[in-house]
Amino acid sequence: MSLCNMAISELHELLRKKKISSLEITTQYLNRIKQTDDKINSFITVLEEDAVNHAIEADKIISKNDDFSALTGIPVGIKDLISTKDVRTTCGSKILHNYSPPYDATVIRKLKENNAVIVGKLNMDEFAMGSSTETSYFGATKNPWDTDRIPGGSSGGCASSVAARQCAASLGSDTGGSIRQPAACCGVVGFKPTYGRVSRFGLIAFASSLDQIGTFSIDTRDCAIMLNAVCGHDPADSTSAKLKVPDFTKALVNDVRGMRIGIPREYFIEGIDAEVLKAVNDSIELYRKLGATIVDIDLPHTKYAVAVYYIIATAEASSNLARYDGVKYGYRAKDANDLLDMYCKTRTQGFGAEVKRRIMLGTYVLSSGYYDAYYLRAQKVRTLITKDFRDAFEKCDVILTPTAPTAAFKIGEKTSDPLQMYLSDIFTISANLAGICGASIPCGFTSDGLPVGLQLLAKHFDESLIIQAAHTFEQNTDYHKKLPDLG
Amino acid sequence: MKITKEEVEYVAKLARMYLSKEEAKMFTGQLDKILDYINLLNELDVNDVQPTSQSVSKRNVLRKDTADNTFKKEESLKNAPSQDKGFFKVPKVIE
Repeated sequence: MSLCNMAISELHELLRKKKISSLEITTQYLNRIKQTDDKINSFITVLEEDAVNHAIEADKIISKNDDFSALTGIPVGIKDLISTKDVRTTCGSKILHNYSPPYDATVIRKLKENNAVIVGKLNMDEFAMGSSTETSYFGATKNPWDTDRIPGGSSGGCASSVAARQCAASLGSDTGGSIRQPAACCGVVGFKPTYGRVSRFGLIAFASSLDQIGTFSIDTRDCAIMLNAVCGHDPADSTSAKLKVPDFTKALVNDVRGMRIGIPREYFIEGIDAEVLKAVNDSIELYRKLGATIVDIDLPHTKYAVAVYYIIATAEASSNLARYDGVKYGYRAKDANDLLDMYCKTRTQGFGAEVKRRIMLGTYVLSSGYYDAYYLRAQKVRTLITKDFRDAFEKCDVILTPTAPTAAFKIGEKTSDPLQMYLSDIFTISANLAGICGASIPCGFTSDGLPVGLQLLAKHFDESLIIQAAHTFEQNTDYHKKLPDLG
Repeated sequence: MKITKEEVEYVAKLARMYLSKEEAKMFTGQLDKILDYINLLNELDVNDVQPTSQSVSKRNVLRKDTADNTFKKEESLKNAPSQDKGFFKVPKVIE
């Protein structure tokens, strides 16, 4: 019996009936990683011994209780920018290749309190800057549906590992689409909660006003289980929201009758792949058939989102990444003449090209004489983009769009042209600027057999509505049940 | 040209990075193209618009100023590239 192909909810049921043990589940997943990871490179670090020990601990809890959390004994993976105590946390960068945090991120503490089994740390674009997981210091991750293609990014390892069933679910981060776009490329469910819904304490910062931790899973039920575990207020993160968190599994209702689904005309532009467009249009028709009300809406400032994002995100990154100087942790260059030379050599040797490019852009837009023209103007347009969503949510409950303009592209296809790479996030970036929640769910396949993602967005703290819409879609389709064949 | 090679070299200095001649040339071309794209924002009139620095508007979040458990010295130093007598060690700053 292959346990790896099961959903968390199914594994939990078997654990509850004492038909299997966490050790059996964990062993199967660890074997699966061994058999497949040389093909796709999802993991930077596999925690074999820790995982086995945690599985044994989980089995003890299960044997003593009939009522244990839905994640008890379930193997999960973690993007390698979420701090794990005494476990190497690299951000996919040479500059942190040897860094082991002295503390756990809040989300890791919560997973441990739920007795989840952490099987390893997942590959990513260096410092989460990318849309293809090609910029990792630890080598590119490959798409399990076609290993000549990218898995999306920056959370490429999170998406590929869940699609290839190397772990049951994973935690990633989304700054401009880094959960939703790879989820679309790999045919899994990716969820970016509202800014403030999940604590960022221990998430190594890229762009603090945009970063949000979220989940990858094989279906919406598992997504709800993961969200239940990690959401909630945290005094250690001043931007975390002091709001009661609903039980997201209560939103797993197969019904969209009367739900108003908004279709923004600005997202159906030239340049969308015809097969992606068809899958998305078919999804709209399905929702209509299921009783949802389809409404046309306008998000008039959509075309400015990528420009705003690449000013704000790089400005924040240039500030956040100033801390990597070779003094307290991480890589330090040898043979420095003096302190300043040590800083410069460390950063020159420690960062890859894309990170340097973004630090440069961010430093430039914040530099004296350019601040008003770039950064301040971008912050103002951010206000307009946020207002677009506020107005739109007067007319609809959920917004539906493609997650990305194309299915997964070929490895190396966009590496020489940064602007083309940036445009692959064109549909996901606005949600981060406005701070609203969003998900990508599988909604079809291209003729090459590549997954297509459907993006669902809802207003601040309305995650339950997305879960209801996504769950209803799943109950009436079977795209999420298809798995890639890695041999 | 939105940005010159000299400006790129100046920005690299501000960001504490060295660029090789090839990198300076490459970044100049790429940043020029990106800045050209970003100038799309100039077609908007934003004079009367308030800037957004954070999507969930909030007042300052304060806590009581009380001592809490923190890292032991060894934990703080365990990742240090170089340390000496309980301190982080760096190249000589003062002659």
